[in-house]
Amino acid sequence: MPKDHGIGASSKRREDIRFLTGKGQYTDDINRPGQLYCHFLRSDVAHGRIAKLDTAAAAAMPGVVAIHTAQDLAAVGGVPCGWQVTDKNGEAMKEPKHPILAEGKVRHVGDPVAAILAESLEQAQDAAEAIELEIEELPAVVDMKAALSGESLVHDDVPGNLCFDWEFVQENKDAVAEAIAGAAHVTRLELVNNRLVANPMEPRAAIGEYDAARDEHTLWTTSQNPHVIRLLMGAFVLSIPEHKLRVVAPDVGGGFGSKIYHYAEEAYVTWAAKAVGRPVKWTASRSEAFLSDAQGRDHVTTIELALDAEHNFVALRCHTLANMGAYLSTFAPCIPTWLHGTLLAGNYRTPLIFTNVQAIFTNTVPVDAYRGAGRPEATFQLERVIDKAARELGLDPAELRRKNFIPPDAFPYQTPVAVQYDTGNYGATLDKALEMADAAGFAARKAESAARGKLRGFGLASYIEACGIAPSSLVGALGARAGLYEAATVRVNPTGSISVFTGSHSHGQGHETTFAQVVADMLGCDEGQVDIVHGDTNRVPFGMGTYGSRSLAVGGSAIVKSVEKIVAKAKKIAAHLLEAAEGDIQFADGQFTVAGTDNALGWGDVCLAAYVPHKYPIEELEPGLEETSFYDPANFTYPAGAYVCEVEVDPETGRVEVQNFVAADDFGNVVNPMIVEGQVHGGLAQGLGQALLENAVYDAEGQLASASYMDYAMPRAADFPSFAVDHSCVTPCTHNPLGVKGCGEAGAIGSPPALVNAVIDALSEHGVSHIDMPLTPTRVWEAIQAAKA
Amino acid sequence: MYAFDYLKPSTLDDAAAALAREDAQAISGGQTLIPTLKARLAQPSALVDLTGIAEMRGIAVADGTVTIGGATCHAAVAGSAEIRAAFPALCDLAGRIGDPQVRNRGTIGGSVANNDPSACYPAAVLGTGATVVTNSREIPADEYFQGMFTTALEEGEIVTALRFPVPQKAAYAKFVQPASRFALTGVFVAKYSGGVRVAVTGASEKGVFRWAEAEAALSTEFSEGSLAGLSVPADGMIGDIHGSPDYRAHLVGVMTRRAVAAAG
Repeated sequence: MPKDHGIGASSKRREDIRFLTGKGQYTDDINRPGQLYCHFLRSDVAHGRIAKLDTAAAAAMPGVVAIHTAQDLAAVGGVPCGWQVTDKNGEAMKEPKHPILAEGKVRHVGDPVAAILAESLEQAQDAAEAIELEIEELPAVVDMKAALSGESLVHDDVPGNLCFDWEFVQENKDAVAEAIAGAAHVTRLELVNNRLVANPMEPRAAIGEYDAARDEHTLWTTSQNPHVIRLLMGAFVLSIPEHKLRVVAPDVGGGFGSKIYHYAEEAYVTWAAKAVGRPVKWTASRSEAFLSDAQGRDHVTTIELALDAEHNFVALRCHTLANMGAYLSTFAPCIPTWLHGTLLAGNYRTPLIFTNVQAIFTNTVPVDAYRGAGRPEATFQLERVIDKAARELGLDPAELRRKNFIPPDAFPYQTPVAVQYDTGNYGATLDKALEMADAAGFAARKAESAARGKLRGFGLASYIEACGIAPSSLVGALGARAGLYEAATVRVNPTGSISVFTGSHSHGQGHETTFAQVVADMLGCDEGQVDIVHGDTNRVPFGMGTYGSRSLAVGGSAIVKSVEKIVAKAKKIAAHLLEAAEGDIQFADGQFTVAGTDNALGWGDVCLAAYVPHKYPIEELEPGLEETSFYDPANFTYPAGAYVCEVEVDPETGRVEVQNFVAADDFGNVVNPMIVEGQVHGGLAQGLGQALLENAVYDAEGQLASASYMDYAMPRAADFPSFAVDHSCVTPCTHNPLGVKGCGEAGAIGSPPALVNAVIDALSEHGVSHIDMPLTPTRVWEAIQAAKA
Repeated sequence: MYAFDYLKPSTLDDAAAALAREDAQAISGGQTLIPTLKARLAQPSALVDLTGIAEMRGIAVADGTVTIGGATCHAAVAGSAEIRAAFPALCDLAGRIGDPQVRNRGTIGGSVANNDPSACYPAAVLGTGATVVTNSREIPADEYFQGMFTTALEEGEIVTALRFPVPQKAAYAKFVQPASRFALTGVFVAKYSGGVRVAVTGASEKGVFRWAEAEAALSTEFSEGSLAGLSVPADGMIGDIHGSPDYRAHLVGVMTRRAVAAAG
């Protein structure tokens, strides 16, 4: 029987009541008395010097209160980067300034040049058109290979546009080269991991307000991590002490990574509110989102897999060009390095791995983490090259994977790329996925498709990801300029209801439901007795926020620790009230009992006693029932699984139709199966969207050719079949109290290679061995034509 | 968007008078115009809403002709039992434009007046040799479409209705552009006693066009086989991130065959 409450129950998402009835409170829903509207004048060219910027006429227009340019912000710092990568020579990456408003040069279409504050948005927009801006265009740096020539420089002080040249594992470089040179078989593949626009449903927005009487700043912003914004913006940009700065991230309509980062617009509205003495509100249009939200992926990779005569993987070597865009976004440098290179072992026992990553500046929107962040790129290249190797060697792709899987008895498993997997069973999820996908019946289905003139393909991929980011000491050693623990305060109210204050942030994940299930399960109370509070630095303890599938594994563990402390203290109170020894008190189902007796006390009685301490061990114990914990994980968590995709290709048009998609995931223990399933569905839609539809395309002048939904193809429900999702293969995480691993990104990580492998399988009879994503009809058709020629 | 006056006349004469104002702009469903206004790419002095004019709404089927008022939305056409009985291919085309929101706002007159090179309706209008009825005259389809976003309409002229001669057989084969779901290439084929018409949308830099060779072949024998060996040149086809001129030229052939097959 499925549980109907607590851990393991598919409790309905309580937050959906307000979201589905239009009662959510998003940043743009907030209006402050006397607020001004902010509009940014943005560069419409990718690269150039600002020859003239005259705001005088615009400033005199109706309703305009102020216009600011870089020179007004001279005392303000640039947008900081939160991660420093050290290059192959031991030198720090190049970290050019990212000004709030463009200083002297514009570096991408959408780079803000001036900010206009007016009584209405229309007046601000009118004034923007009256600003005299002349830009002397410079050649745009768009293609990464061409960028390395350094003929045109995005930043004058970064030669060759090279942010860093990183090698990992450096000491394996020669051994890998030797193994590849002497291998029985080497499979080589060049591929592109296409650039994506995150496209959360809610565009970014920010409101700054300054209370002069208290000298206090407030920023409402669409953020996945308000404390991180407070720290970065307060300490590095605006020099506002943290006790004078409140950051609120209210309801947030999706992030997918793009709302992790500290953005210039947030710093500007906070600064401007004080400068003009009125609240300042900015809401991005969808067009601005395309030109200013950090984008994802954009790698160009060469990968080589070496196998011995028995088809064991003996070495792996990768070279990647990673696009940073025009400036370093908050976590950009760690994505193609530590979140990518460390995952190149995948699910396999490849002993020797070496990767070289060159991070390149271009005149494009900055690139940073997007759902999966580095791990999809690692998984895609690995699972593609394995599939290609199987095809070249005439092997069953499933068998080749199985042969090289890390076996279940090998855990904990130290990979050659720094990370140590705690647990897993990769064969189990592969078997499950193949069974669910009816692999045995494929031949008959293929024949049936062929009878209709269609090509059918069957593709699979395994994946592993490092989630629950992360042990602070480890990431500190790797260059993080922050710790990556999570904090939680559990406050038991005098009548026994519970308020949980978490540093995790929910922007679609359903924490308000899931976290309440965990607490209710531990305390034996109704979920309705538990309220989850998040998203306000004045209310919750200093926390690091939500990304990298970390909320339950790290944030949930902090909550568990606090609840454990609550129970320990409550037992002491109960022992006093029941006049028993503390060691004899047992707590279950919300009741305190004395072992071996029928003496019992309810949860409410103990809570009340804590706050009305009339009969209370006041000399030994403080009143109240409230505990705070900071949980710093001992390791990453390693969700893993196997995905199978079956497609039908129309060879006449190149159109790919996904016929069936199966995801068998090992997420460790699952708190709310319905929410987990929803997360997987969302991840699959985004992963299959990347593989089939989505593409951020820049032309040679650095204009984003796919800058609206007319040209950027978002996946829709009708594009996919109903997904078959399973999470019954469970190896619980060994190092967090809930045994959970995280489920938010898996779908986006494992699905692109499964789909591409399926399409290549379908086209194999035409001799097509690779097509770069997205596999649009035109690309598939052209690949078939090229193979025929 | 910029400020503008909004007028909603109830007669064609009042609409024509309103459109005589300098920089006045007609609006029907607004599915192209509203996004353009939001992006500040147009600055009309006034919007003249045509959807309040009773004689521009509605559907009539009589004497081998389907007549659809210019302000009739796509959903009304898609769901019309009368049209479906006489000319199901037209319902099918209307039902595949955009999404339900678009189909309930966008109108046939707006689509035909705008003449987007990737819109679906121009293929049906040209593919049937329909008559474009305006507030001042009747324009045969062959004279109406004059290139991308260009038509025979005079300044201020209003498309009040479309009159389609009901074909013996017809079908519309649409290959969607993955992002916009407009036609990357769409082909409308209609068979009449006097011959077959084939109109192609989405493919050409000149907008919707008739494929004369295919028409001649299909007029001789209405079958997929008649099209064997026929192709349109890639020269003059649209090339963009969704498809090269070669690809679109190829799709014209594929979609024409599929339309013929679907027409039965």
